[in-house]
Amino acid sequence: MKEKEIKIFKQRKISKLRKKEEISFYLFILPWIIGFFLFSGGPIFATLGISLTDWSLFASPHWSGLSNYTRLFTDPLFYKVFVNTLYYVGGRVALMVTISLLAAILLNQKLPGITVFRVIYYLPAVITGVALSTIFVQLYRPIYGPFAYFFSKVGVPAPSWLIDEKWAMPALILMNFWIIGPNTVIFLAALQGIPKTLYEAGQIDGANFLQQFFHVTLPMLSSITLLITVITTVESFQVFAEPYILTRGGPNYSTLVGALYIYRNAFKYFNLAYACAFAWILLLIVMAFTGVQFLLSGHWAYYAARRE
Amino acid sequence: MINNSSQKLNINWKKIIYRMLLYGILGIGAIVLIFPIIWTGSLSLKTYSNVYRIPPRLIPNPVVWSNYPEAWNFFPYTRFLLNSLLVCSLCALGDTLSSSVVAFGFARLRSRGKNILFALVLLTMMIPYQLIIIPQFLVFKTIGWLNTFKPLWVITFFGWPYFVFLFRQFFMSIPFEFDDAARIDGCSLWRIYWNIILPLSKPALATVALFSFVANWRNFLAPLIYLSSYKKYTIALGLSLLNTRRIAETPYIMAVAMIMILPPIIIFTFVARYFLREISLAVYK
Repeated sequence: MKEKEIKIFKQRKISKLRKKEEISFYLFILPWIIGFFLFSGGPIFATLGISLTDWSLFASPHWSGLSNYTRLFTDPLFYKVFVNTLYYVGGRVALMVTISLLAAILLNQKLPGITVFRVIYYLPAVITGVALSTIFVQLYRPIYGPFAYFFSKVGVPAPSWLIDEKWAMPALILMNFWIIGPNTVIFLAALQGIPKTLYEAGQIDGANFLQQFFHVTLPMLSSITLLITVITTVESFQVFAEPYILTRGGPNYSTLVGALYIYRNAFKYFNLAYACAFAWILLLIVMAFTGVQFLLSGHWAYYAARRE
Repeated sequence: MINNSSQKLNINWKKIIYRMLLYGILGIGAIVLIFPIIWTGSLSLKTYSNVYRIPPRLIPNPVVWSNYPEAWNFFPYTRFLLNSLLVCSLCALGDTLSSSVVAFGFARLRSRGKNILFALVLLTMMIPYQLIIIPQFLVFKTIGWLNTFKPLWVITFFGWPYFVFLFRQFFMSIPFEFDDAARIDGCSLWRIYWNIILPLSKPALATVALFSFVANWRNFLAPLIYLSSYKKYTIALGLSLLNTRRIAETPYIMAVAMIMILPPIIIFTFVARYFLREISLAVYK
């Protein structure tokens, strides 16, 4: 009898402590909860609400149902922006994931002075945005630029990068080669986390370098590759400073991507509601993309068994 | 004997060639990656006419140092620089403080609903900024914060999902015995956070401060939308002024670009070693 009472007493005390800890937990994460409602979660639904009105910043808003969305789907520019955005995102993700993986493998070699290379490979990544775009305006110059000079030396006709409707988008994508740093570092860390024994086992079985790469390295990196792919995808949908500075969306709208289109509609033409409608379409596309990546990853991503 | 030594020699040769090859590839990559920075420096010191010379030269002749002070006076760049420093410092402070507090909750405390909330944190990392900027703009407009720095730094005091994630990963690697011992001694949770966890997390604090500073230093869209008078411009906006108006000559533009990219480069090279290791720890866990 007495034992039972002690047990209940203990349980009560523990649950009381637990309660206290739970309250503390919510107090600690309170800043994020407030921020979520004010600055991220809340605004998403506000954007949805605004997209269903005809708000233009100057006149008071009126309910207009789905008219912004029907306007979007009848606007030929919308399809152009849609295709441009997918082109940019696809190209950028493919470029950044493969190149940063290759760079990480190179930087993972045990060589004297490798740290210096690691620092140099990261360095250009700290200058993205306006500064990098400003620099690339000069690099991409048709006749006087170094790239054009390099092409003429090699004997290949140089594309007139930013002025050519066909080449402006590849030029914007190519720039990202210089900001592989962060992804490379993450890949590098993951590479260092692969147990050496796996390679030793492979060597005993007579696996050559390529076989080791495809049967040990890639499978062991799959979960981190998924993470990087998703982060890079989300990031790519938001590109703004580069097309704003380098091409202003031109020539002939060939580099007008989603973020730039939203900015123009909202803050240049003050079509707030229309911009909100487009922003929501953009969110749906991002979610579809990342969702598909997660689904597909079931076929190729490998997770080491986790402790629970 | 002979056979043996030649074999040894053979292996050494293989190793040397392999290393030379690696250094070659790494070197080419390094040159390509560093080239834009060097070209910027070169252009910034050239005369106007030398910019349009064929073939282009890497080493400017003559070297025109006066491009820098002249470019600097095109617009009030000292003001822009100070504005950027102020905003970025406030953001770095806000991000390290708020994200570490939130991450402490997620990493060290037990509660129902914690996993769902953390999944929500990760989910908000995926929201494109364009989706929230319009309502944000309307809110800041209503409370009269347009053309002030507040929209740029106040939001950093509410925890940034990416930094929360980074801090959480780091905090998880600190043994729980510290907390238990402190709790038995009657130490409050806040003091465990402030006096035990934070001092042990200096590398993570430095990493987040660096990330935050650099990210806000180059932030463009938010200053473009919120700041309207020259006096309030950040350095990124100041640089885009020269760029988009096409009023200044190339060497001037590149001189300003050079000054804008120097602070992040200097900060980065100082903390590089620290920081590269921190990331690897975060990924491991």
